[in-house]
Amino acid sequence: MRVMAQVAMVMNLDKCIGCHTCSVTCKQTWTNRSGTEYVWFNNVETRPGRGYPRGYEDQEKWRGGWELRHGRLVPRTGGRARRLARLFANPELPALDDYYQPWTYDYDELLSAPLGDDVPTARPRSLTDGRPTAVTWGPNWDDDLGGGPEHLAGDPVLRAMNDTVRLEYERAFMFHLPRICEHCLNPSCVAVCPSGALYKRIEDGIVLVDQDRCRGWRMCVSGCPYKKVYFNHRTGKAEKCTFCYPRVEAGEPTVCSETCVGRLRYLGVMLYDADRVGEAAAVPGEKDLYPAQLGCFLDPDDPEIARAAEESGIPHDWITAARRSPVRALISTYRLALPLHPEYRTLPMVWYVPPLSPVVDALSGSGHDGEDPANLFAAIDALRIPVEYLAGLFTAGDPAPVEAALCRLAAMRSHMRRVNLGEPQDPRIAASVGLDERSMHAMYRLLALAKYEERYVVPTTYAAGSPEPQPVSGCSLDAEGGPGMLPDEEAFHAPPSALREPAAGRANLLTWNGRDTAGLFPPRRRGTSR
Amino acid sequence: MNHPLDTALWGVLPYLVLTLFLAGSAWRYRYDRFGFTTRSSQLHESRLLSVGGPLFHYGLLFVIAGHLTGLLIPESWTEALRVSEHTYHLTSLLVGGAAGLATAAGLALLLHRRLSTPSVRRATLRTDLLLHPLLSAVLLAGLTATATGAAAHPYDYRRGVSVWFRSLFALDPDVPAMTHAPFVYRLHALLAMALFTLWPFSRLVHAFAAPLGYAVRPYIIYRSRART
Repeated sequence: MRVMAQVAMVMNLDKCIGCHTCSVTCKQTWTNRSGTEYVWFNNVETRPGRGYPRGYEDQEKWRGGWELRHGRLVPRTGGRARRLARLFANPELPALDDYYQPWTYDYDELLSAPLGDDVPTARPRSLTDGRPTAVTWGPNWDDDLGGGPEHLAGDPVLRAMNDTVRLEYERAFMFHLPRICEHCLNPSCVAVCPSGALYKRIEDGIVLVDQDRCRGWRMCVSGCPYKKVYFNHRTGKAEKCTFCYPRVEAGEPTVCSETCVGRLRYLGVMLYDADRVGEAAAVPGEKDLYPAQLGCFLDPDDPEIARAAEESGIPHDWITAARRSPVRALISTYRLALPLHPEYRTLPMVWYVPPLSPVVDALSGSGHDGEDPANLFAAIDALRIPVEYLAGLFTAGDPAPVEAALCRLAAMRSHMRRVNLGEPQDPRIAASVGLDERSMHAMYRLLALAKYEERYVVPTTYAAGSPEPQPVSGCSLDAEGGPGMLPDEEAFHAPPSALREPAAGRANLLTWNGRDTAGLFPPRRRGTSR
Repeated sequence: MNHPLDTALWGVLPYLVLTLFLAGSAWRYRYDRFGFTTRSSQLHESRLLSVGGPLFHYGLLFVIAGHLTGLLIPESWTEALRVSEHTYHLTSLLVGGAAGLATAAGLALLLHRRLSTPSVRRATLRTDLLLHPLLSAVLLAGLTATATGAAAHPYDYRRGVSVWFRSLFALDPDVPAMTHAPFVYRLHALLAMALFTLWPFSRLVHAFAAPLGYAVRPYIIYRSRART
């Protein structure tokens, strides 16, 4: 057993109103630079819908994730030989059109247009070639099912279901799915990177791109089945969601979590057995992947496991954080949260509590009491289509875990309504979903009240190998290879601040005065001799 | 007695170029590792690239292999292997010509793509304005030199250019070997030296990034936050 720790996320989809605050704050923090105009580390898509980039879930086309070949786990996009053979043109790279062509507006026209009878207009202009353009697609073009049923037809999850289901389904419900990088236990983006620039951090499991090692081969973009690695077309480097590691290292939640108005995101530590990851990702049946991943997680309350964790160099405060982890409660204890597309075999670590509200809405809409447990349980059973769709998203098509999670949510709803209305309580409601009254209340507290300090249990960082937490010096964004947040490309790869010279003092071969080495090299560091 | 210009061109210049190439690459790697990238524009245009990219690069790999064979292996070695000059020459003409044509076709397609696709055109760097004409010129001069091999009494570059090339590394440049070479060979060599000069300061550095280690490394990489 090799115990490793991962900071994981759970999103409660019942609470997502699709306001895109997470996307916007993330973009302002990380990708408001040229070259990343089209990049959304966090995006919110309407389901059913095509998602972003369009139809990214169609792995027949994009070949992301892993597949079993003769019982062995191989990146679906091909093994090492095929990757190297396709080095000079990546056949599965999405084009900018699959995301959208970024644009801006000629705002200046509004002020500088000469006086005339017509109202001046700000016309759209492409951000890639600088020419006037027509806007035909954007990051959320089909938001809230905008654009009509033809966009629904492009949903790969719906396409896997049959047509009658699809028509019925369109009347049934709609929900929002916020997505970030899954920071997988078995990341296929890392596996397909020829340069070895992508890596999974030992301490917290965050998957990052080393900007100084990335050589722009673009394999990671096609290798990631969630299409959450992006290519910066200005710098020629891959970039991806960083799980806001500078914040997480300091014990703070990610920007998307912090700013979520629906308080639907949960952050916490999961302990897992790294030795089991390979086996779990390679179980033959796709529907067995969800239980297999559950089997990788370790119980920090077990003293044996706590001891093994300490031996693996995980500090004590991380183990206590794992015990208090809301993510662990939702994933392992209550079995409410489910992984997104486990069939990609990457063992994703951002999980989702499936939405019950569409079922309640469908019931209320048909004149029934949407919170009566008997009605709800029957409806979950009868509303086959939403359950089947959710199963297509979260359990590789197995409806049982989705139904179980929805029934638990339904039971909690009914139970708490009785409590709030002062009605006699019925212990059978909790018992029917395998829980007791105490856990009902705990679940309610975690899901409905969702206190800040209970949603985010993030211990501060440490250095692997040393059991004591190390003090963090400076901002880790300044570290070599750390993606900064500065607006221009020049500053993006500036040397660490300690070494940074005033820009005016720097010289390259074009501005070199030809006499001395002033400005050509960074100043000597004390204590090093060259 | 060599003409001073010949000595400068074939006895001094190669060392200046080599120094600049090595020192420039080291300097770039040390201070601009972030700049080591293919700067791919596939995101903007994929159709033409999917043909032109592999055509150019694979052609180039053959061309480089051919150059290494021709320049580094002395004629006496192949004769010891009972490969006659005629056979060798014919092979190099056919294989080299085919590889050169594939490379040129690939480059033409890529240049057309770069000029005709507005977003790719806009993504062009300043060094590219120098690099692309130079690359085309080197390639054309080289192809012309190969084509002259089809003449009745072709120039045996392995007795001229190759001798000069190897003599450079013996630190005893054989200047006459080069001055007696046909003009197109000398032009090709001069342009190639210009290319090597530009190399460290252009996108050509991505050639150093050839990911050979990928073939032998494990799929998943773990790294510690603590810098090693």
